[in-house]
Amino acid sequence: MLANLLPNVEWDMIWAATVETLYMTGIAVVATFILGTILGLLLFLTSKGNLWENRLANMIIAAVVNIFRSIPFIILIILLIPLTKWMVGTMLGANAALPALIIGAAPFYARMVEIALREIDKGVIEAAKAMGASTATIIWKVLLPESLPALVSGITVTAIALVGYTAMAGVVGAGGLGNLAYLEGFQRNHNDVTFVATVLVLIIVFVIQFIGDFVTSKIDKR
Amino acid sequence: MCMIILENVTKIYEASNGSVTAVDNVSLQIKEGEIFGIIGYSGAGKSSLIRLLNGLEKPTNGKVIVAGRDIANIKGKELRKARQEIGMIFQHFNLLWSRTVRENIAFPLEIAGVPKEQRKKRVDELIQLVGLQGREDAYPSQLSGGQKQRVGIARALANNPKVLLCDEATSALDPQTTDSILELLVDINKRLGLTIVLITHEMHVIRKICDRVAVMENGKIVEQGEVLQVFRQPKQAITKRFVQQVVEPEETKETITHLLDKYPNGMVVQLTFVGEAAEQPLIANVVRQFQVDANILQGKISQTHQGSYGVLFVHIDGEKEEVARAIDYIRNQQVAVEVMTNAR
Ligand SMILES: Nc1ncnc2c1ncn2[C@@H]1O[C@H](COP(=O)(O)OP(=O)(O)O)[C@@H](O)[C@H]1O
Ligand SMILES: [Mg+2]
Repeated sequence: MLANLLPNVEWDMIWAATVETLYMTGIAVVATFILGTILGLLLFLTSKGNLWENRLANMIIAAVVNIFRSIPFIILIILLIPLTKWMVGTMLGANAALPALIIGAAPFYARMVEIALREIDKGVIEAAKAMGASTATIIWKVLLPESLPALVSGITVTAIALVGYTAMAGVVGAGGLGNLAYLEGFQRNHNDVTFVATVLVLIIVFVIQFIGDFVTSKIDKR
Repeated sequence: MCMIILENVTKIYEASNGSVTAVDNVSLQIKEGEIFGIIGYSGAGKSSLIRLLNGLEKPTNGKVIVAGRDIANIKGKELRKARQEIGMIFQHFNLLWSRTVRENIAFPLEIAGVPKEQRKKRVDELIQLVGLQGREDAYPSQLSGGQKQRVGIARALANNPKVLLCDEATSALDPQTTDSILELLVDINKRLGLTIVLITHEMHVIRKICDRVAVMENGKIVEQGEVLQVFRQPKQAITKRFVQQVVEPEETKETITHLLDKYPNGMVVQLTFVGEAAEQPLIANVVRQFQVDANILQGKISQTHQGSYGVLFVHIDGEKEEVARAIDYIRNQQVAVEVMTNAR
């Protein structure tokens, strides 16, 4: 029955592509979370009136973040070809997509982290200082825990954007559902393959959104 | 012994549109174990002053000594260590919403590196001390304002500080809750011998718990002394206004003018009692000893931390000489007398 409706769909190919998409998204989300959080913290800490206030450092980081955030992803992939070749050795396969995914998403997430940190009541940071907390303690025990719900909802949005990016990366050879939809579906005119790939991408997005919302509501005690 | 010494302390903020002198050449000495109040209107520089005491701000000039430490000139680890001996509570409590009551109180202990077992024990003690039994596992968002401030107090006391700084600690609370928090502060002051510095814009708070008070205006301390003394003889106009906040109901001025019209004969006097004088049967004695009628028009007696303080408006009628003698007698009883006239 299913085979009649979807004559061109080879399920092991679909499965392999899904795993690739999940792999690329998963690694990219973890790396983006770490890199973006560090960049966001630096943006916040070096801004006016904060612990490491430093105009020059803040300007430089903000400029880098803004530039990478503004480059369209598809162009970023092309710009990063030399770096990717040097790092991964090839432009094909899931790993080849990772540098572009991470460099594309981390600045995007860094801004969300900065905004989340700015939402923290200044008084709470001041109270921690008054208790004799070191900067490291303030980062680990005040800034990150107090902004955690916003950090989680931010990474949810970023992860969903990353699923979209993997599809784009797929078109230029990185594998995954995007690659499948383009090569097997679009180029060979197999609409059923494109359809199945699309549905799977949607399912992944919905699952990410659901998990993100659930975790956010669990940790938000405000 | 002096717990806190400020010598010619000035704090100037450099802002883009010029500089602001928030604290202007202030010298103060606060004794160990006393509750010292600083009162002033918004913008007077109170927060700036109190923040100098734990190094949240550095003075532009002058010396800041707290518990024997030169706060203005230490930094890094030494300053963090010193801050553990100086607790602070805030108008808006500044609790970590992501932590429960217990975890909030444990935070300063974590900072001080207290081992987990001891931490738990100490937190239990503190919860008892501030009366939060049963709310240990609540999050701040589930607490009332008064309960939040109790958490703030427990947290500030966790590392057994020598000094507690209170920045408008009751200003966000309703009058009843304010009183319960003030009582807790007095209790802590007595039990632990803690030195408390509190800033406020409400004379009520000063009256209730302070031993001494300093009045701040435009960055300067314009008047200071024992609370009763300041209540009895406020010198500066601003101090008089603050004292009136407590002793005179809003409408008093009008009432007095009205009374003066109503009693054209005799005199209307304002008697200010302090301490023991407030407890003597003064009016009865006057009527017994002199050929006058005394009629209490209005009065209010307030309890201060050091004793009672009261104001009575009395109409004394009789022969001019006799009235004058009665007033002399009252003056001799350690009661301040002010004759009210219509001129005001
Ligand atoms: N960080 C700051 N930068 C610039 N000006 C400040 C700063 N903090 C306070 N001020 C100014 O200093 C003055 C005193 O403020 P503050 O100490 O907060 O007074 P209070 O607590 O009595 O209301 C005000 O004019 C205020 O605007
Ligand atoms: Mg203030």
